[in-house]
Amino acid sequence: MAKKNDYVRIHRVVLEPEERTGKLPEDTKKVPLEMWVKGRLVNDTAEIGDEVTVTTAVGRTEHGTLIEVNPCYELNYGSFVPEILQIEESLRSTLFGGNEA
Amino acid sequence: MINGMIVDKSYAAVTGRKGEIINRAMGVDYSKYESGSIAFDYEGMMNDTGYTIEDHFRIQREYNVGNTPIFELKNLTALARKCAKPGKGARIFVKDEASNPAGSFKERRAAASVYHAKKMGYKGVIAATSGNYGAAVASQAAMQGLKCIIVQECYDSKAMGQPEIVEKARKCEALGAEVLQLSVGPELFYEVLMMLEETGYFNASLYSAFGVGGVETLGYEIAEQFMAREGKHPDVVVCANAGGGNLTGTARGLRKAGCNAQVVAASVDLKGLSMASDEQFNRKSFTTAHTGFGVPYATDPDHSDVPRSAARPLRYMDRYVTVKQGEVFYITEALATLEGMEKGPAGNTSLAAAFALAQEMDEDQIIVAQETEYTGAGKHIQPQLAFARKNGIELLFGDPSEEIPGKNIIFPAHPSLLKARESDLDRMRTSLIKRQITRAKDGVITEADIAYLMEETRATREFVLDVIEKAKA
Repeated sequence: MAKKNDYVRIHRVVLEPEERTGKLPEDTKKVPLEMWVKGRLVNDTAEIGDEVTVTTAVGRTEHGTLIEVNPCYELNYGSFVPEILQIEESLRSTLFGGNEA
Repeated sequence: MINGMIVDKSYAAVTGRKGEIINRAMGVDYSKYESGSIAFDYEGMMNDTGYTIEDHFRIQREYNVGNTPIFELKNLTALARKCAKPGKGARIFVKDEASNPAGSFKERRAAASVYHAKKMGYKGVIAATSGNYGAAVASQAAMQGLKCIIVQECYDSKAMGQPEIVEKARKCEALGAEVLQLSVGPELFYEVLMMLEETGYFNASLYSAFGVGGVETLGYEIAEQFMAREGKHPDVVVCANAGGGNLTGTARGLRKAGCNAQVVAASVDLKGLSMASDEQFNRKSFTTAHTGFGVPYATDPDHSDVPRSAARPLRYMDRYVTVKQGEVFYITEALATLEGMEKGPAGNTSLAAAFALAQEMDEDQIIVAQETEYTGAGKHIQPQLAFARKNGIELLFGDPSEEIPGKNIIFPAHPSLLKARESDLDRMRTSLIKRQITRAKDGVITEADIAYLMEETRATREFVLDVIEKAKA
């Protein structure tokens, strides 16, 4: 459960598929234009999935569905890509490993 | 609501108010540069900002932008010479723009926009960008004490975020900005218009004369740094090309410093991928500096978030080359392992092209890749390739010429396979002229229009007239 002033992330559909501009590829036309933003919760309490209001970093009011409380970044360096090591080794041997390359 | 009135926020209504919203959000009356026909007063618009290149230098120094170092990449040069004919292989240099506060040259574009916004009394700035420009605006807004909203296209309809763009959101938030993230689609500009209308903030457009004017310092610095260090100007300067502002500003700065270096545009080849496609959004590994922006913006500069774009790259480019995704990743790894510099992949687009172009040049000549960008989780060769593989893209070694965007990424099996492929500039010139002549008032193309089209495309009068004749037929 989220309380007033908690930092949260919300989601909202900005344009339904039929409201979108005509100049779109077919696949994009079929899906809505969606929006995500973070801010402090205005409601006294809320559960994930509730329609809520937030105050954003610049002080704007936004509304949408509560999807995350204390949202975090899950960025990382991804799973190992062995090809990168292969590039590195071949570059080093081409430059430093003699003139045969 | 604005002043207590209910405002129609439908797509048609908001985009219909574009002119008045932009006018209020920039304080620039673009109509005064219009001739009423095809021609408009480009130099008038560029000179009317009230900021000379000296002003840009002063503002950038005040807010810690620019004056970035030049590095000679001796090992990459040695590698290029191993691939070149005897006597060939120019000295390769890079301008380390990653050392700007927010990690890219884009801060040169942001500094004057934020400065001007503050001077005009705006409380905040808004920018539409999924790239480094967002971090640049957020950084300058933080430094100069304005609020900041960044609107970015970030997710596909499965809410899968492009790692590079997610990282940019993180950075913008770290610098105090509000980040509004959207799913795929050109209606990003509709959202920006709504934000501008709601907040009354300044439109820190990438394509304003403030922004592009700010990049002139980059070109000017290159000319001065080489004169001081090598006693001569560089022979070739390579600029990554997307919206065209990087190349336009750099070339204008080089010319202002009296440097006649050849200016080469370089983009990552994403031919075949639609930039507005939900399904293809996460099948590309480059979110900027690619042909999906580079070619449309070069041939039709005025389809951005301002009525007239200050970025007009066809006026300044001598050549336009493309490189493959696999080649830019390869050169990114080469920069790390051979030169000890770990930088973001997209920022190495010009370096990949420079590596190939150096091999056409003499050993005593100088070629400069005019940028680098910061790197970090998400925005790095490792997570971007891991993400590509997760999305079904094959990672192969071989001849990158055979790479198919959205299907595979081909790393050069040998560095000699890394090529800069020539784009047909005359074709782009033709495309620009054909598009612009449809805007002739009453279908009449005046002498002023012809002179304007010659400047727009750096083409001869005969070339322009020939395209007009063929278009009529």
